[in-house]
Amino acid sequence: MPTTVSSSDTAWMLIATALVLVMTPALGFFYGGMVRAKNALNTMMMSYVALGFVGIAWALLGYSLAFADGSGFLGDLRFAFLRNVGVDAKGTIPHILFASYQGTFAVITAALISGAIVERMRFGPYLTFITLWCLGVYAPIAHWVWGGGWLGKLGALDFAGGTVVHINAAAAALVGAIVLGRRKDYMRQAIIPQNVPFTLLGTGVLWLGWFGFNAGSALASNSIAALAFGNTMFAPMATLVVWSLLDLTRTGKTTAIGAATAIVVGLVAITPAAGFISPLSAIVLGAIAAPASYFAILYRSTTRLDDSLDVLAAHGVGGTVGALLTGILAQKSWNGVADGALFGNPRQLLIQLAAVLATIVYSTVATYVIIKAIGFGFSLRASAKEEGIGLDVTQHGEEAYSRGEGAILVPADGGGAQI
Amino acid sequence: MKLVVAIVRPEKLNDVLEALYRAEVRGLTISRVRGHGGETEQVETYRGTTVKVELHDKVRLEIGVSDNFVKPTVDAILSGGRTGEVGDGKIFVVPVEKVYRIRTGEEDRAAVTPIDAETVG
Repeated sequence: MPTTVSSSDTAWMLIATALVLVMTPALGFFYGGMVRAKNALNTMMMSYVALGFVGIAWALLGYSLAFADGSGFLGDLRFAFLRNVGVDAKGTIPHILFASYQGTFAVITAALISGAIVERMRFGPYLTFITLWCLGVYAPIAHWVWGGGWLGKLGALDFAGGTVVHINAAAAALVGAIVLGRRKDYMRQAIIPQNVPFTLLGTGVLWLGWFGFNAGSALASNSIAALAFGNTMFAPMATLVVWSLLDLTRTGKTTAIGAATAIVVGLVAITPAAGFISPLSAIVLGAIAAPASYFAILYRSTTRLDDSLDVLAAHGVGGTVGALLTGILAQKSWNGVADGALFGNPRQLLIQLAAVLATIVYSTVATYVIIKAIGFGFSLRASAKEEGIGLDVTQHGEEAYSRGEGAILVPADGGGAQI
Repeated sequence: MKLVVAIVRPEKLNDVLEALYRAEVRGLTISRVRGHGGETEQVETYRGTTVKVELHDKVRLEIGVSDNFVKPTVDAILSGGRTGEVGDGKIFVVPVEKVYRIRTGEEDRAAVTPIDAETVG
């Protein structure tokens, strides 16, 4: 391990960190466009507040639990409160930059879960949930795979977070959707997106940020970063093409929400594989990811499971397809680390499967414990009346599209009443 | 003929439409309106500026019906739109002098009778 800071690696990772951070607001737009107008701010806030609550939980404790040495299952408290995290080299970049970069992952992973529970969860319990989830679920799994834990030692390949980020968030999302229950209008009336352009905008910024997510996961400005960058570009392109053709054949029309979903699914699927497979394999991977998630979404919407914005179908299915295909398509001649089943190493596929299953089991159980524990002390759900009025007004005292008619000013000394 | 004008809560609109559908009332116009019916004001805050929103979002339905459809229409709106709290809205039943269907030039009762109902009998 080099112990000196490389200025070229540092320059790239500074930019990559900023790119990944912006993915969380972008996710807010992606999700916010797909809910009803009365819940637009609430949905976007679910992403934005993760920047604060999860980010600080990460700095104070999460980073240490994930990346300090400790055991194979959890890091110790050597880096708690960012003690011993200085400007000295961690790999070839300053340690504080590494901790910041990893913090941006913790933030967006927690925010991803919100897609399954929008339009019905009270905000206080949500804040409590994502904060505890970052420490109790994200940090341990990050440790297993990237922090020197048992899955990493087993040889599991997860370049930028197929298991740690996407499968993990999707398992938690499924638990959240089941524990919270369906929205009262689900399957009773049409719930349609309030602002599709927001969703398209969010998708574009997510793709931009994802270059930092995947190419940054090389933790260096080198050829593996370039490979991950190319794959992050080509795989979603293939997903978009296949998805659009599926849409076109099935309904005769190519939808905008479909295109946005396709791009995200492609990005999710390439995430674990980005620095491990060839660009042509990435195109194949992206193409395969499309029908898997496409039909998962179609099926889900016929069930009583109100995973409102299809976190399971996009991130769970996409992440699993990506993680398993990494075990098939990995090529040592490209990555210098390991071959996959297609290149003479079938054992890699089993290791990938073990990593996927371990993540699903731990995330499901631990998320259930956390959300039930919070539900013990607080009511998780907004009342039916609040759900009817919308969570923007009832949880935040604001409206996304207020015209100001009939709004009268309350003098500053007039008690300052606020919901 | 009567024109039934109802002001209801937007979040109850779907229940009202379902009730109207079950009562076989077809053909209506809705518009988004804002109004005040004595309910408590909603308080909102923007960058420290606190405002009371006196006018609430409501939906206005306008339904032209023949006389024997007035009661089913009103009953459907009453059952679908009621929460029991202040702000549920109002129903006005207004006499109508003349109705024309633009497509055919039909008048009055024929003009407010939906075509699918005609074919059924």
